[in-house]
Amino acid sequence: MSAVQEALPAIKGSRDATVRRFALTDTIFHAATRAAAILVLVLLGGVAISLFAGSWQALSTFGFSFLTTESWNPVTEKFGALAPIYGTIITSAVAILIAVPLGIGIAIFLTELCPRPLRRPIGMAVELLAGIPSIIYGIWGLFVLAPFLQTTVQPYIIWLFHGVPGLNNLFAGPPYGIGLLTSAMILAIMILPFITSITKDVFDTVPSVLKESAYGIGCTTWEVTRRVVIPYTRIGIMGGVMLALGRALGETMAVTFVIGNAHRISTSLFAPATTISATIANEFTEAVGDLYTSSLVALGLILFVITFLILAIARYMLMRIDARTGA
Amino acid sequence: MMTLCVVAAGIGLAWLALILGALVYKGLSGVSLAVFTEMTPPPGDAGGLLNAIYGSVVMTIIAVIVGTPIGVLAGTYMAEYGRFSKLTTIVRFINDILLSAPSIIIGLFVYELMVRPMGHFSAIAGAVALAILVIPVVVRTTEDMLNLVPNALREAGTAIGAPRWVVIKSVAYRAALSGIVTGILLAIARISGETAPLLFTALNNQFWSSNLNAPMASLPVTIFQFALSPYEEWQQLAWTGALIITLTVLGLSIFARSLTGRREDR
Repeated sequence: MSAVQEALPAIKGSRDATVRRFALTDTIFHAATRAAAILVLVLLGGVAISLFAGSWQALSTFGFSFLTTESWNPVTEKFGALAPIYGTIITSAVAILIAVPLGIGIAIFLTELCPRPLRRPIGMAVELLAGIPSIIYGIWGLFVLAPFLQTTVQPYIIWLFHGVPGLNNLFAGPPYGIGLLTSAMILAIMILPFITSITKDVFDTVPSVLKESAYGIGCTTWEVTRRVVIPYTRIGIMGGVMLALGRALGETMAVTFVIGNAHRISTSLFAPATTISATIANEFTEAVGDLYTSSLVALGLILFVITFLILAIARYMLMRIDARTGA
Repeated sequence: MMTLCVVAAGIGLAWLALILGALVYKGLSGVSLAVFTEMTPPPGDAGGLLNAIYGSVVMTIIAVIVGTPIGVLAGTYMAEYGRFSKLTTIVRFINDILLSAPSIIIGLFVYELMVRPMGHFSAIAGAVALAILVIPVVVRTTEDMLNLVPNALREAGTAIGAPRWVVIKSVAYRAALSGIVTGILLAIARISGETAPLLFTALNNQFWSSNLNAPMASLPVTIFQFALSPYEEWQQLAWTGALIITLTVLGLSIFARSLTGRREDR
């Protein structure tokens, strides 16, 4: 009895110490996790600030005309971003045109048509496409796709459309193999898995009651997809497409291989061109002079602003569909 | 119309088969022991990819060591301490943007941050660029996986008097472990093929170098340089390197998926 009474203060003392120690450790851990979370914000802020600081020289030298000038001349130090911006937008737009119908088609196939045992393997195969590094697409595009297009497809298309007004400008010129269209095709393959997997995910959010009621009044699978599934998931699909667009705009290596790196604006999709990211990748380490480097960083800043806006819109749309399903 | 969807799926799969087929066909013919034991050759000579493989492994390891703790901690804050705070919503939004931001932008950022002040390219700058790519992937999966842990488990931990951090460490982390590991593996898969952020941070190196303060070769940058060269030996090495990277990446992602796949079945 007395032994217990003697021990009590000691136990109480050690208990207090333990509680204090626990509280302290908890505070430290809480602060550490919070700091890490804030670091993520700091990173993005740091990216924006450093790009802005790095491009200040070019922006103050050329002003607004940087965005509207086509010439890119390291010798006379006259730099304009119009040609890379044009190339970036055209390749991404054509890639979206190719990849969206394909991606949605695959998603419909996977959710509505595919036999159940095949669903997981095929879905996984498409997602594996997303994991392949972009440099692999680049090397494949350069050594396999470009020669094939040059010798087989492009001469035929040029011959086919040479008398058609409008189209003859779009598909003009010697078939180089590399150029805007080849880059767009490579980009299309690369963004296909993103579109497919996001579309598949939002298709899965459609309540089965809706689909079953449509089937109940005698709709075919296509009618259910066209009239129920797609309208219900429109925002989600748009979000997925925007996300894919963000990827396409910033994709570097695959495009660098097959774009041709030519600083000019051409109406022909077969012409070599350049994109913002390809220009930076090709020229950054060779850039001599501060103004040249600064102009390349300014290109990076433009790309950053464009992709930031596109990705922010995409995330906003996807968040809205998440909110609706309560996920 | 539905037939078109089948056609679309067929095209998608055929495309994947074409790429992998070409890769295996062209890459396999160059695979030999020399690839793993010899340095990158001068133009026109035979050689291997040893220094490039070494550089990639070293920079990937440093990037994972630096990036993973930050990512896991940030994910922990978002799922545990600050699950309902405003900061979490903002961080989640920004993190999602970082996740799909162009990697070449990260390269430019690290160039301005480290290469320019230091005055030279270095392997450590390359590793930092890769670490910045690791963080958002790990943040995302850690948060998702911790959110899947049932609250009853946490309450049980708290009920026996464990403080918050012990509950997180011994209950939440343990329950979400395979998911978090999956995230780390996916992050490794992502950075092992990244070229753009290394181009002007780690640059490239024709020779063996283990100096972290000097330019270092990496597999993707070497492939980029060799593939665009006019030399047949270099192009062959580029294909072989591409095959090695693809197999690594595919292996990692299949392994990562199988980790979480088993969990779903259970």
